[in-house]
Amino acid sequence: MIDLFTVTGLVLICTIFLCLFRVIIGPGACNRLIAANTIGTKIILLLVLVGYIYGRNLFLDIALAYAMINFLATLAIAKYLEKGCIC
Amino acid sequence: MFDPVSIVVAALIIMGLFFMIVGPIGLIRLPDLFTRAHASGKCDTLGQALILLGLIVYEGFTFDAVKLLLLIIFLYIMSPTATHAIVRAAHILKYHAWKPGEERE
Repeated sequence: MIDLFTVTGLVLICTIFLCLFRVIIGPGACNRLIAANTIGTKIILLLVLVGYIYGRNLFLDIALAYAMINFLATLAIAKYLEKGCIC
Repeated sequence: MFDPVSIVVAALIIMGLFFMIVGPIGLIRLPDLFTRAHASGKCDTLGQALILLGLIVYEGFTFDAVKLLLLIIFLYIMSPTATHAIVRAAHILKYHAWKPGEERE
């Protein structure tokens, strides 16, 4: 079962490179932001999978914290793009 | 390896992986921002839910399974909200919406 997690993690890394293509090429800031948000969600999954591969339970808490930070970052950037200032 | 629990876990994870692969393909192929937001937002939410559900089945009834459930619920709320915020900003910035027959961005 552990090698299934490893294969899943490797495939996730390949899909991250696909999203990276849109981050680089994306015509505008909002295209890049959507791709960055997608990469963030994939990294959360990678964190959980690596936690299971190496048998460390702490990675679940790290994935939860990273999910919250990723959410706040996306909202802050979207608000900055829209209004020109965050405050 | 072939007891029913690991078959269910493998099936869930492979289904989740399928959605995780379809999302970025849509992100690259689709013509403009609003269609790409559909592809990445929805596929991500379902893909992570299936993979984490597979891990919950693999984990059984422990405290970690509760954490995974919290992560699924949080991501279910987070991903659509974040995608909505981005597309709302793009709409206000008057991003051009693609119409059939136009050149893709």
